[in-house]
Amino acid sequence: MFAYIVRRLLYAIPILIGVNLLTFTLFFVVNSPDDMAVSQLGDKYVTPEAIENWKQKNGYDKPLFLNPDAAGLTRLTDTIFFDKSVRLFAFDFGRSESGRDITSDVATRMWPSLAVALPTFIVGIGVNICVALMVVMFHGTRLDRGAVFLFVALMSISYLFYIIGGQFLVAKTWRLVPISGFHAEGQVWKFLILPVLVGVVAGIGAGARWYRTLFLEEANQDYVRTARAKGCSELTILFRHILPNALIPILTGVVVLIPSLFMGSLLIESFFGIPGLGSYMLDAINSQDFAIVRSMVFIGSILYILGLILTDISYTWADPRVRLS
Amino acid sequence: MKPVILWSDALIYLLVISLAFFFYRLRKDPQTRERWAEVFSSRLGMVTFTVIAAYIMVALLDSLHFRRALENPEGVAVEQVFYDNKVTSVFDLLTGGMGDRFERTYSAPFALISFEKENLKDAAGEDIRDYPPLRHAGQHLQDPSQRGADILSKTVTALLWGLLLSALLIGPQWLLLRRSTYPWYASWLVQGSIICGGVWVVSLSRYYHILGTDLGGADVLYQSLKGIRTGVLLGTLATLIMLPIAVTLGVMAGYFKGWVDDVVQYLYTTLSSIPGILLIAASVLLFQVYIDLNPDFFAVGMEKADAKFIALCFILGVTSWSSLCRLIRAETLKISQLGYVQAAHAFGVSHTRILGRHVLPNVVHIILITFVLDFSALVLAEAVLSYIGVGVDPSMGSWGNMINGARSELSREPTIWWTLTGAFFFMFALVLAANLFSDLVRDAFDPRTSLQRSES
Repeated sequence: MFAYIVRRLLYAIPILIGVNLLTFTLFFVVNSPDDMAVSQLGDKYVTPEAIENWKQKNGYDKPLFLNPDAAGLTRLTDTIFFDKSVRLFAFDFGRSESGRDITSDVATRMWPSLAVALPTFIVGIGVNICVALMVVMFHGTRLDRGAVFLFVALMSISYLFYIIGGQFLVAKTWRLVPISGFHAEGQVWKFLILPVLVGVVAGIGAGARWYRTLFLEEANQDYVRTARAKGCSELTILFRHILPNALIPILTGVVVLIPSLFMGSLLIESFFGIPGLGSYMLDAINSQDFAIVRSMVFIGSILYILGLILTDISYTWADPRVRLS
Repeated sequence: MKPVILWSDALIYLLVISLAFFFYRLRKDPQTRERWAEVFSSRLGMVTFTVIAAYIMVALLDSLHFRRALENPEGVAVEQVFYDNKVTSVFDLLTGGMGDRFERTYSAPFALISFEKENLKDAAGEDIRDYPPLRHAGQHLQDPSQRGADILSKTVTALLWGLLLSALLIGPQWLLLRRSTYPWYASWLVQGSIICGGVWVVSLSRYYHILGTDLGGADVLYQSLKGIRTGVLLGTLATLIMLPIAVTLGVMAGYFKGWVDDVVQYLYTTLSSIPGILLIAASVLLFQVYIDLNPDFFAVGMEKADAKFIALCFILGVTSWSSLCRLIRAETLKISQLGYVQAAHAFGVSHTRILGRHVLPNVVHIILITFVLDFSALVLAEAVLSYIGVGVDPSMGSWGNMINGARSELSREPTIWWTLTGAFFFMFALVLAANLFSDLVRDAFDPRTSLQRSES
C-alpha cells in the first residue's frame, strides 16, 4: 500500500511538469516577457533600457526554454521555464504582478473558501442521498417518473439563476440574511447560510439523479431479491443492503472532489463577496494577472491528482476485495 | 444586398450537411433504425425533438447574413453601391425589424411609457419631470386606456393567422404520416403552438415591446431570440471540434496499446488535471491579446466577434476531449480483443482498414451519446463563461451576456425582472429539451441500459 502511494506520487511529477509546460507555453510564448514589461511599465516609460531593467529585476532576462550559451545541463536549467517551474514545485509562487506575495495570499484566502465549500459538500451529499433514497422507495410509480423529470428540470437551470434567485428571495424579499459579504469574526454563519443553501439546492438535480441510478443498479442485484424473499422489510433492504453497497460507486465520484474544495467556487464566491480562492482566481483573470493564474493552475492540478490517489485508497477501505498493487 | 458568410455560418451549414449525410448513410442499418425508432416512439422523444429542431431552425435562419445596400442620398448619382456596416440576417427580416426599434432605456413589458423619469415639456411648455412616452410602443393608440382591448384583439387575429399557417404546414404532414405508428400528433401539437407563438410575437412586436427593453433600450425579446444562434452554434461546433481529436487518439490508444497508449493517457491525464475553467479563461485571454495586437484582420465588427466566437468553440473543444477519449479508449480495448478483429488480423487486413471497418462503427454509439449530452452542458457553460468575462463578444447577443448585464437588476427598486426572465425562459426550454432528449438517446443506444431493460 505504502509502495503504491509512493509510486502514484512519483507518477504525478511528469504530469505536473506537463501542466507547467502547457501553462508556461500558453502564457509566455503569446505574452512574451517584452509584452509583459510594456504592459507593466505603462506606455509612457517604454524605452529599451527600461524594458531590460524590468526583465532583469523580475528574472525574465533569460531564454525561454533552452539556453544556447550555457554548457551541459545548465542549458536547460538556466532558463525562465526552469526558474519559474522549479519554484512552483517548492510551493514558492513568487509575487503577483501587483507585487503581493501569492503564497501568503493563498494561505489566507484558503479558509473562507473552505468555510463555504465544505458545508456545501457535506450537506449536499446528505440531502442528495436522502432525496434519492426516497425516490428509489417509490420506484416504478408515477411519483418516481415525476421526480426524475423534476431532477432533469433542476439540472437545466443555469447556476447563475440559482444564485440570483437565491439572493433575490432569501436576502432581498425575505431579508433573512445579508445579500453578500464576509466577516472573519463574529457571526460568520450569517454570511455562510445563503451561499451554502444555494450550492446545495443547485446540486440537487444532478446529484440526486446520479445517486438514484446508483441505487437502482444495486436494487437489481440478486442479494436484494434474496433479502426480499426472506421477508425483510423494504426499509431494511434499502438501508441495510442497498445503501452500504452503493457506497463504493458513490465514493469514487465524491472523494476525488474533496481536495478541490480548497479551490472554492468561482461563481458563489464572486456573487457573495467571499474573499476565497475562487474570487481570487476571478480577479486574476479579470486583471490578467498571469502569475496568479499560473500558480492557481498548479495548485489545482496537485489537488486533482491528490483526489485521484485518495479515491484509490478509499476503495480499499470501502471494499475489502480491492487490493492496491 | 451583399451576402456575408461568417466562419461560424459556413461551419454550421457544413455540420448540418454532414449530419444529414451521416444519417442518410445510416438509414439502411437495421440496428440503428431500431434504436432511433425507440427514441421516437415515445411522445417525449417527439416533443423534445421538435423543440430542438425549432431552435436549430432559428439558428440556421439567423446564420444567413447579408449587408444591406445603403440608399444614395437624394440628388447624388453615384455608380458605386455602399453597404451598411451592420450585418443583418434572414431571421432579422422575418421578425420584421424587431431589433431596430430602440428606446432610450428600460421599459416594462407592454409598457407605453419609459421606466425612468426625464425632463420634459408639458403641453403648456413648462418643464416637468415625468415618464416620457416610448418611441416604438403603442404609437397607433389614440388613448393609453385602449391598450388592453388592443392587445386582446391583436392576439386573437394573430392566433387565427397562426392556426391557418399551422394548418398549411401540418396538413401535408398529416396526409403523409397519418398511418404511421409513431406519435406524430405530439410533434404536430408542438409545431402548431410554436408557429402560433411565433406569429403572435412577430405581429405584436410591431406595436409593443413584448418583454420590455433593457438598460440600453434594446428589445429584450429580440435579444433572447438572438441568443438562440449563439447557444446552438456553441453547443454543436465545440463538440464538432472535440470529436476528431478524441476519437483519433482514443481509438489509436486502445488499438495499438504500448507507447501510443502511454502517450495518449499521459496527455489526457495532464489536460484533465488542469482546472477546466482556468485553462479556458487563460486561452481566451491569450486570443484576446492576439486580436488586440492585430486589429486589421477584420472588415466589420461582426467578423471580429465571430472570430472570437470560433476561437471560443475551438478552445472549448480542445480542452474537453479527455473524457470522451477515455471512454473510446476503453471501448476500443474491449473491441480489439473480440474474435472478428483477431480474424481480420489473421487475414492480414491492414491496421487502417481494421480501424475503419471494424472498430470505428462500434464506437459510434458513444460518440452519439456524448454529442447529445455535451450539447446542454455547453449551452449552460456559455452563460458562466460570459459572466466571468471570457465568453462570447458582448456585441454578439447571448444569454450569458444578457444575464451578466442584468445581474444587479433584481435588487433595484422597483424590480426589473424581464431581462432575466427572457434569458431564463429561452435557455431553460432549450437545455431541458436537450437533456430529456439525451436521456432517451442514451437509453436507446447504451448497450448497458438497453440490456437491463430487456431483462426486467
